[in-house]
Amino acid sequence: MPKLVSHPDEVRIISRRFGTGAENIDKYVELDGYKAAQLCIEKGPEFIINEMKASGLRGRGGAGFPTGLKWSFVPKNVDRPKYVLVNGDESEPGTCKDHLIFLHDPHAIIEGTIIAGLAIGAKMGFIYLRGEYRYLLKIMEKAVADAYAKGYLGKNIFGSGIDFEVVTQTGAGAYEVGEESALMESLEGKRGVPRIKPPFPAVVGLYGGPTVINNAETIASVPHIFLMGGEAYAKVGSERNGGTRLFGISGHVEKPGVYELPMGYNLKKAIYEVAGGVLGGKKLKAVVPGGSSTPVLTADELDVGLDFDQMGKAGTMLGSGGIVVLDETVSMVEFALRTISFYQHESCGWCIPCREGTDWLKKTIGRVYAGGGVEKDLDNIKYLAENMMGRTFCPLGDAAAMPTIGFIKKFRHEFEEYVRGNAGVSPAEHDAALVSLG
Amino acid sequence: MADVTFTVDGKKLTAPAGTLLIDACRTAGIEIPAFCYYPGLSLQAACRMCVVRIEKMPKLQTACTTPVAEGMVVQTETEEVKQSRKAVLELLLGNHPLDCPVCDAGGECELQDMTFKYGAGESKYIETKQHREEQKWSPVVYFDRPRCILCYRCVRVCGEGMDVWALGVQNRGVTSVIAPNGGDHLGCEECGMCIDICPVGALTSDTYRYKTRPWEMNHVGTVCTHCGDGCKTTLGVKRSNDGMEIVRGDNRDKSGINNDFLCIKGRYAFDFANRTDRLTTPLVRQADGKLAPVSWEEALTFAANKLNEVRSNRGGNAIGVIGSNRTTNEENYLLQKFARGVLGTNNIDHHRTADYAAFAAALKGKANREASLRDFISAPAMLLLGNDPTEQHPALAWQIRSNVRQNRARLYVANHREIKLRRQAKAAVELPQDGYASFISYLAGNDGAFTGNDANDFREALRKEESLVIAFGSEFRGRDIQALVEFGLSMPNVKFACLGDYSNSRGAADMGLLPDLLPGYVPVASEHKFAEETGIEWPKQPGLDLVQMLDAAGSGEIGALYVVGANPVARYGVDPSALKNTFLVVQDMFLTETAVLADVVFPAANAYEKAGTITNTYGDLQLVKKAADKAGVRSDFELIVRLADKMGADPKKLVPFGKGVRADFGQSRGAQSGEADRHAVWLSANHLEPKLSPFDPFAIFDEIQRLVPSYNVPRLNLLAGNDEHVKSELVQIDTTGSRRDLVLPANDGLYTSGTLGRYSDKLAEVLASKTTEIAETAAD
Repeated sequence: MPKLVSHPDEVRIISRRFGTGAENIDKYVELDGYKAAQLCIEKGPEFIINEMKASGLRGRGGAGFPTGLKWSFVPKNVDRPKYVLVNGDESEPGTCKDHLIFLHDPHAIIEGTIIAGLAIGAKMGFIYLRGEYRYLLKIMEKAVADAYAKGYLGKNIFGSGIDFEVVTQTGAGAYEVGEESALMESLEGKRGVPRIKPPFPAVVGLYGGPTVINNAETIASVPHIFLMGGEAYAKVGSERNGGTRLFGISGHVEKPGVYELPMGYNLKKAIYEVAGGVLGGKKLKAVVPGGSSTPVLTADELDVGLDFDQMGKAGTMLGSGGIVVLDETVSMVEFALRTISFYQHESCGWCIPCREGTDWLKKTIGRVYAGGGVEKDLDNIKYLAENMMGRTFCPLGDAAAMPTIGFIKKFRHEFEEYVRGNAGVSPAEHDAALVSLG
Repeated sequence: MADVTFTVDGKKLTAPAGTLLIDACRTAGIEIPAFCYYPGLSLQAACRMCVVRIEKMPKLQTACTTPVAEGMVVQTETEEVKQSRKAVLELLLGNHPLDCPVCDAGGECELQDMTFKYGAGESKYIETKQHREEQKWSPVVYFDRPRCILCYRCVRVCGEGMDVWALGVQNRGVTSVIAPNGGDHLGCEECGMCIDICPVGALTSDTYRYKTRPWEMNHVGTVCTHCGDGCKTTLGVKRSNDGMEIVRGDNRDKSGINNDFLCIKGRYAFDFANRTDRLTTPLVRQADGKLAPVSWEEALTFAANKLNEVRSNRGGNAIGVIGSNRTTNEENYLLQKFARGVLGTNNIDHHRTADYAAFAAALKGKANREASLRDFISAPAMLLLGNDPTEQHPALAWQIRSNVRQNRARLYVANHREIKLRRQAKAAVELPQDGYASFISYLAGNDGAFTGNDANDFREALRKEESLVIAFGSEFRGRDIQALVEFGLSMPNVKFACLGDYSNSRGAADMGLLPDLLPGYVPVASEHKFAEETGIEWPKQPGLDLVQMLDAAGSGEIGALYVVGANPVARYGVDPSALKNTFLVVQDMFLTETAVLADVVFPAANAYEKAGTITNTYGDLQLVKKAADKAGVRSDFELIVRLADKMGADPKKLVPFGKGVRADFGQSRGAQSGEADRHAVWLSANHLEPKLSPFDPFAIFDEIQRLVPSYNVPRLNLLAGNDEHVKSELVQIDTTGSRRDLVLPANDGLYTSGTLGRYSDKLAEVLASKTTEIAETAAD
């Protein structure tokens, strides 16, 4: 089991049960578990949605859509069954937060799912884990079985007369199915490619039924909102960004790990104080602030609050909360190549700009890195990425284009060094790196 | 839905709410480019070529997924839009092999066209292109993988359009590749729709690949000669050393009754025309008993003299005539006129595949009750009784599937077999093989007539339909058709289609290739206008039908048989020795089982080598145009006229050429060079074009239109290459129909087409491959 980290600035809401043995249902109940669900059964859907709106909780998957609002979009009177879908396909490089929730607090996910189901009138929820998280499935499945045994799931939950079923499922190892509609395709047993929107999942989702799909962290936050009250939860965070968030700080820092910080917490402080500063006292070169798809920040741009709005103003995104710190030794060209290689590998191939664009970006950046680049390549990289941006079928194309544009804009001088043959990397090092990238 | 008004490129447009922007623009004549979008198939939104700028939207939007909305303001060709399209093309061309000079699609390639328009002339990459080896997926389908741009049209047309689902996608990302779901082979219906729909040259056909360039062919729009659906097809023909050779069959003109569709036979089975064993010279049986090539003069004179001799010595009743169900209406009409007027016999028949006479009698005087194939495109409900359209009427099956998929039409299937269309059916009932009549009785309210699972639900659902087309197969004959029509007419807004085989079976019956009925199903014994109009004596006694003729030939009662484009020996299993004393004249393309027994054989042209009209089994009348040509062969029309002439008949009585010409040539002077000859159009519309040749089928068509009221359809539209539905209600007939044993369904499948099909090497090859496929599956 990975070691847990802590820091006095943390506000432990989602992570308050981490390390306490709460994967055991009795322990979970002892620590206020399933109280929120029972409260919600008592108060009803309108109360739930109002509290959710008051909490200011925004989707933790990366897009930051207000959760309460999302739930309110589900039509009330429809003949088709409605579903709650938990997106645990945590695949964004640099991100490892949901992992800890599944590991330490699986019942929070189940409880959040029940509450979401109550809010929209669904009788069934699905918990979808990424294919590589298969080892967490056992924990999740045990939790579900325990909840059934206690009567918290199944027919007549908590003796309320309400039925609610939960099913777990894993993917087959595709980043693309983290996109909500692709996840539904995958869950339905089809090729994991996204769907055309509209219709949005709230209207036509899983198996054609109205569906609420939320990130695992979002769902795990839900019970806490009802334990604290929506307004109290909102006050923890910054303006229009309620609550706390799990930030996974990795890379060249002294104390890497997942920290729960209030929304709006200063990024520079998070790196230098919470995570203990740059490893070995080296100079910081760049920070990828919210998973590999978010545009890079330079050392001069770190004085910014970690919430959706402030990060947006800073020209990047809060994303998935995976902060990757890069020190002065990192080659930004190699890092760009590593990043685009991931997206090239994970592109589903559905639309032309993403399928072909990620490949040509990888080839061109790879060639620059290997010393075969020319000045014009740098313009081509930018041109390619800019022509992918906003033109692809789903956000994966943007996720590949955004960071690339960031790298080439902010670190063009490094690319130029490579083109001019002054990068100081030996041919053997290049070759080894390229081989490892396939 | 209510109309909405919106603006595209400054033009105010109106379209029903919910219309996709791309369709609304195209309807208004504003071209929106797209690779993946294809009308009628599910949306893909993958190619990103159709992006447009819509006001108040943050990003460019795909016109193929955006429904029009009130007040929407759209720009389709801004610099931003053009740049976006160009970038997509640059990406595609990065891996697309630029082998356009040898690619089948070169010259008719959508990627070429778009590159021409949006430009992507500069290559931004120096890496080598991805290459994959070409694959052969079936006897007709090749896949040149690097050329594929992954628009998924083929996957969708195969799955959604054909309900075959033979294609899918392998791998992901840039390694994605279209692949057969069966691994290395398709195992499909070989329709070739995937090839047709491919915007580039990735999918090519075995029959056409690397044969020619599109611009080196003439493209002739005509009608397929195989099954009774009568699909419109475009033949690509090219000069060969003995005429014009057909090199491609496709469906570039989507305006026909088949819309997008063409099956394997329409697409590939034209190769019989190019067979090396085609007859190209007349043959006459010599004293040594062998057939030998002779001159046209000798063959015609010999046949005419012999026929004259039998007629003079033994009377017309000693001669029999067997017609074809693939020859044109004009030829069929002429043949019966020749039989009755020149040979003096009513002994005339053809291989009947459906009981059209009983159908005509049942619909007598009932206007708008016969369904066109077009009715199946839009009917809210369809009832299919018997038949297996997937095998026997592929275009009908396509239209039924499309109608169910696109319009949520309801299909009801009652059959004694597990036919594939049951998958589309809202309700289905399995009948015993001889249970059709009792099932109709049950539907009509006779509860005791039929018991079976789901029959009650079926009947209840069917009775709720307010508009219905009924298609029935050859399981229905005679009185059963009458009963079916009676039941049908008890429902509101019902139409019927009688399903028969072969391209002009319907026309053969309509044109009187029957011993008891004249053209338009007029009884031979009745008072009629034919004799008066033509000045020819018509015998009044019904003649022998086909089976009786063959028996009479065996017993010696018939001394001469004239067989035009038919193979009764094979079809009816006639013992060759039974015809040894019969003088047999055969017109055919090949030395068939019948021709090989003949005393005289005339090499005939096929339906792709002549002009005229044919009527499909639904009564859709269409124009056949001459596409190919073969030195040495003559049309059946010409052969009949020349034979009659040699027999001493007046060709002018047979073919009213020059008759009724009232053309005012003077007015044609109004047409200047490059200007439409409006006067000529007017002449055509008024049946006034001068027929100056005895071999002009339209001289006969004039007479048909005068004497057969059901064929008096507007001519302008017909001559423009469109279909016109015959007016069956104008037929005056009382009959209980054909003797049951006279109707012999062809039972052709997708890969057979009667005798003609046996002379198609491609069909034979595909059929053989299917047989091995089945054997292999059985071995698994």
